[in-house]
Amino acid sequence: MNVPPGLRISHRFLRVWRRNVQVYRKTWRVSFLPPLLEPLLYILAFGYGLSTLVGDVAWRGEAVPYVAFIAPALLCIAMMYNAFFETTYGSFVRMYYQKTFDAMLATPLFLEDIIAGEIVWGATKAVIATAIMQVILTLFGLIRYPEGLLILPLSFIAGFAFASIGMVFTAVVKHIDLFNLPIFLFVTPMFLFGGTFFPLETLPAWAQVVAWCLPLTHLVELARAVGFGRLEPALLWHLLYLVVFSVLFFPLALVKMRTRLIK
Amino acid sequence: MTPMEYVVEAENLQKTFGAFTAVDGISFRARRGECFGILGPNGAGKTSTIRMIYGFSPLSGGSLHVLGEDVTRRRTLRKVKYRIGVCQQDNNLDPELSVLQNLEVFASYFDLAAPQAAERALALLQFIALENRKDTPIPELSGGLMRRLVLARALINEPDLLILDEPTTGLDPQSRHQLWERLEGLRARGISILLTTHYMEEAARLCDRLIIMDHGRILVEGRPQDLIRDHAGKDIIEVGDPGEELRAFVRDRGLRHDDLGHRILIYCDERDQLYREVSEHYCRDGCILRTATLEDVFLKLTGRELRE
Repeated sequence: MNVPPGLRISHRFLRVWRRNVQVYRKTWRVSFLPPLLEPLLYILAFGYGLSTLVGDVAWRGEAVPYVAFIAPALLCIAMMYNAFFETTYGSFVRMYYQKTFDAMLATPLFLEDIIAGEIVWGATKAVIATAIMQVILTLFGLIRYPEGLLILPLSFIAGFAFASIGMVFTAVVKHIDLFNLPIFLFVTPMFLFGGTFFPLETLPAWAQVVAWCLPLTHLVELARAVGFGRLEPALLWHLLYLVVFSVLFFPLALVKMRTRLIK
Repeated sequence: MTPMEYVVEAENLQKTFGAFTAVDGISFRARRGECFGILGPNGAGKTSTIRMIYGFSPLSGGSLHVLGEDVTRRRTLRKVKYRIGVCQQDNNLDPELSVLQNLEVFASYFDLAAPQAAERALALLQFIALENRKDTPIPELSGGLMRRLVLARALINEPDLLILDEPTTGLDPQSRHQLWERLEGLRARGISILLTTHYMEEAARLCDRLIIMDHGRILVEGRPQDLIRDHAGKDIIEVGDPGEELRAFVRDRGLRHDDLGHRILIYCDERDQLYREVSEHYCRDGCILRTATLEDVFLKLTGRELRE
């Protein structure tokens, strides 16, 4: 196969991934806390606080308790945040302040191995956070099994997509503060309007169209169907969206990073 | 001639950044087993050159072979990257890992299995006298210790060629001498070294041969003592605050000299007689006789104006 050199990745990306695992293991006690506590806080605030006002939510013609409605969305938000923040702030610090990538480039690693390792690590963090949260949500009886087991592979696919686009931003921002921009314009709107805390149908038609352009909306749709055990062939379209998203942004991250770092 | 007689062969090597030419078609060869120096003021093109050699920067033109392999091809470049050790200018140690972990993780990039990595890492920590600090976090190390650890890290793959980009910049004299001793130890073991520096003392002490670069070109190439002899002579008489009489004397005798205004350097080979003459008749504000150094050559060739 004739892959251009700037897109060639070797198995060595796993060494970069392992370096990040090793650093994560040093602080795992602290790193475990947010995904453990966050769902508890959300369920407390939104679920029990807000649901007394909201009551049940209509989802696919069914009345669903509000806590059950938001539970899969909380998982999706964790996937997005963990992957996106890892390859934006995390990778930027390693690249710009710690010069870790420069040091790696003086070894048999090529830039593509490094960036692929970082993105796969971002996806891995999404999986870890999802797994921890899922345990908590399962204890509350909010995930249905065995379908719920699909959430973990889904978190890797979603994490890979969000980590890829995060890395594209890392390749182009001049300064770390500028990450505020994609967060304000891209991540937060998805967090609020991606079918997370209220059904999309309550939005005006044009806003629904916008929402369907964004990855989190598709991810939430998938996770909610999986969490409620309502698998159907139409879900494959949403999965396809996430795969295509990665197919576009992963190579773009490699190309943009090469432009940025290789002088 | 076998290809491996030279560890680096650069032929008309060029590096441009947009309209700026950092390396302007230089050619040189570094032999196996020697310490080869690249000297030059800031912005001379040293780091650009060395970055092409260790595969960080692509070439803009010319050809470059390292350890006999063409580094412009990705496959052969990867082979080269396995066999070189690089000490970059920044102390880019991994601050999130301990001293020992820094070496072990780096070893993994070279495909070393964990037991072998641990063994080499400990041996190297002994070599740089850091074995008692193996669990120390990087931010707690002094600049000199960090530098030594960067050197150890560059040796983790037992490289055939060690590349050092300004290894002692920013170090105090003690740390610098510590590092020099270790580099001399490595040289004695026959490892090939490529070194950039703007410390002439460092170059004179470590390098078998060197080039002096400026504005992306090579000004001279040779052994340090030959360069000194050819460009600065044996000795130098330095006269502070020289008067017109001295200037006339120097002109009449046709002596090789540099007039810096407040100071005159006279290059000479017959030291004692000339020095006696100068110091007796023309010395108003101190004059000294000293051996010519590489620094004299360097300043003579690259000028005395400030850079950057």
